[in-house]
Amino acid sequence: MSELKIENLHVSVEGKEILKGVNLVIKKGEIHALMGPNGSGKSTLSFALMGHPKYEITGGKVTLDGKNLFEMEVDERAKAGLFLSFQYPSEIPGVSLANFLRTAYNEVKYPDSEKKVNIVDFMKLLYGKMELLKMDKEFAKRHLNVGFSGGEKKRTEILQLAVLEPKFAILDETDSGLDVDALRVVAAGVKKLVGPHLGVLVITHYQRILHHIKPHFVHILVDGKIVKSGDYRLAEDVEKSGYEIYEKEKVAA
Amino acid sequence: MAQADAEEVKNFLGTEYRYGFSDPEKFAFRTEKGLSEKVVRQISKIKKEPEWVTDMRVRAYKHFMERPMPKWGADLSTIDFDNIYYYGKPEGEQTKDWDKVPQDIKKTFDRLGIPEAEKKFLAGVGAQYESEVVYHNLRKDLEKKGVIFLDMDGGLREHPEIVKKWFGKIIPFNDNKFSALNTAVWSGGSFIYIPPGVRVDLPLQAYFRINAKNIGQFERTLIIADKGSYVHYVEGCTAPVYSTDSLHCAVVELAALEGATIRYTTIQNWSSNVYNLVTKRAFAYKNARVEWIDGNLGSKITMKYPGVVLLGEHAHGEVISVAFAGKGQHQDAGAKITHLAPNTTSQIISKSVSKDGGRTTYRGLLRVAKGCKNVKSSVVCDALILDPKSATDTVPYMEVEEKDVSIGHEASVGRVSEEQLFYLMSRGYSEEHALGMIVRGFMDAFVRELPMEYAVELNRLIELNMEGSVG
Repeated sequence: MSELKIENLHVSVEGKEILKGVNLVIKKGEIHALMGPNGSGKSTLSFALMGHPKYEITGGKVTLDGKNLFEMEVDERAKAGLFLSFQYPSEIPGVSLANFLRTAYNEVKYPDSEKKVNIVDFMKLLYGKMELLKMDKEFAKRHLNVGFSGGEKKRTEILQLAVLEPKFAILDETDSGLDVDALRVVAAGVKKLVGPHLGVLVITHYQRILHHIKPHFVHILVDGKIVKSGDYRLAEDVEKSGYEIYEKEKVAA
Repeated sequence: MAQADAEEVKNFLGTEYRYGFSDPEKFAFRTEKGLSEKVVRQISKIKKEPEWVTDMRVRAYKHFMERPMPKWGADLSTIDFDNIYYYGKPEGEQTKDWDKVPQDIKKTFDRLGIPEAEKKFLAGVGAQYESEVVYHNLRKDLEKKGVIFLDMDGGLREHPEIVKKWFGKIIPFNDNKFSALNTAVWSGGSFIYIPPGVRVDLPLQAYFRINAKNIGQFERTLIIADKGSYVHYVEGCTAPVYSTDSLHCAVVELAALEGATIRYTTIQNWSSNVYNLVTKRAFAYKNARVEWIDGNLGSKITMKYPGVVLLGEHAHGEVISVAFAGKGQHQDAGAKITHLAPNTTSQIISKSVSKDGGRTTYRGLLRVAKGCKNVKSSVVCDALILDPKSATDTVPYMEVEEKDVSIGHEASVGRVSEEQLFYLMSRGYSEEHALGMIVRGFMDAFVRELPMEYAVELNRLIELNMEGSVG
């Protein structure tokens, strides 16, 4: 069984410890939600897993199908099947979405060979996925994230997820900055992609995206540690009473 | 475009120094090393030139000797003018028949892909080897329409009246030290005349190749686009890699008469031991349009500022350039636009990338003369620096003597951000590929101006230049 296994993970940023021993196992086909107040370390977990150079791993271990993630470069993690949907994706001027994604597709699907996807085949694939996510074809020609609205950026991230077909996807605050309609569109897109072949970690502050993408498991992250795990009902509790009680528990502990 | 075509084009412009190869040096004639009045006269005599040309050469030679080296720009102190051959005639005569080109030279141009390119996407081709054009051909239908495409020496012989009217008028020999040098020892280059109303649908191409050691190439190009005509001229250049330096010092004069359009595209990919000091200027008359598309990838030092003098109302001048400076290279390039008539417009877009200690300079001059009302001009220069060893600077001059004008100037210096790299790498790009993608995107505004065949090739060149950028 394919799994992403996080054991006692400690991460520091600029010398300050942010994650203080996180344990989490995500199996293929499962949807996990990681919830927590601002500053609890949610985004730190996503960047650390993907390998951002600013995030220093000070302890613990993460394996993807048994392979040590921290022995891989960022691109190798992508090739191994890890995907991060960015909260704030970078703009790449002069590079069309189609061109960018075709190269990424070749890198991820044919990492060690000269084989490349035929352009016509790729465009068919891309347009198919765009249709699935209700995106206008014209989008493919636009420069990556340049001048995109918040909603467009998030949809583009989900499009990349759809095209690259990773084993595990981390959705970092995919719902932030979206109005109700945009959220519905993005969430509907994600819903179409989840299934037995994909493990998902939804990182969010609010519960609202979880109305659309119902998680199997919910975890509450406070001050760098998962303080409580449960099923969907835990998210409902958070919606009702906020994070305060968990923060108190943490202090009391 | 089919893959096979891309392959051919790839060979055609010369990719990263696969073109550093050289062939045996076989000269029918070569002047002695170094420059003197004797050498200048000798060149003129061999070419059996009219007296006015000889006189101009000698005057230019004297001016060159008197004129000090420029005190600005790139460091030229290492050029050894005494260690250069100023004229070398390869074996064989100029021909329209590819089979008659001498074997060694043919082999060279075959390796560069010239004959295939001519068949595929060009209306005419000239190929210069050392100091002389060895092959020249123009599509028959264009010849019938009165289009003239010759080497400059041929132009002078066959159309002295046009040459005398324009030669040295757009760029006088005393314009600068290197235009003087070119005027003294010029040989080869292209002469093009497009009759009124004729549109040349495919590009005309000239290819310049330096083969021998220590030889200078001083081609001279003159293009006249008569009223309402259109022409796109493309030049490409390569040279072998030698331990000693070569000098390429060209003068290019363009005249776009009323309503005419000239687009002049350069993909300069000299080897890293060539000093590339080129003067290019165009006159644009009423309603005319001149576009310089200038790509500088190779050479040790380049100093080149294509100019447009806007002489008639509603004339438009454009300079779109990219410079790529790697290890040991200094690309000092830019543009020079002079508005001498009201209602004229101009645009300068300059993009430069420096890496591995390379240096790029944007140097531009924008002049608007008094009384030239309603002039519009926009200057955008963006520099991208890939590592801390590399550098860029921007030296924009503006001399605007008229108030009723609209001038925009934007400049930016960027570094590739860690976030951009991380983002691309998270999608499976290696660091090197990620950098390459960012650089190609940065140059996109330039590449889009190129015919597809050249765009494909330029992207490849950028990729090759990016190799080994990491670590």
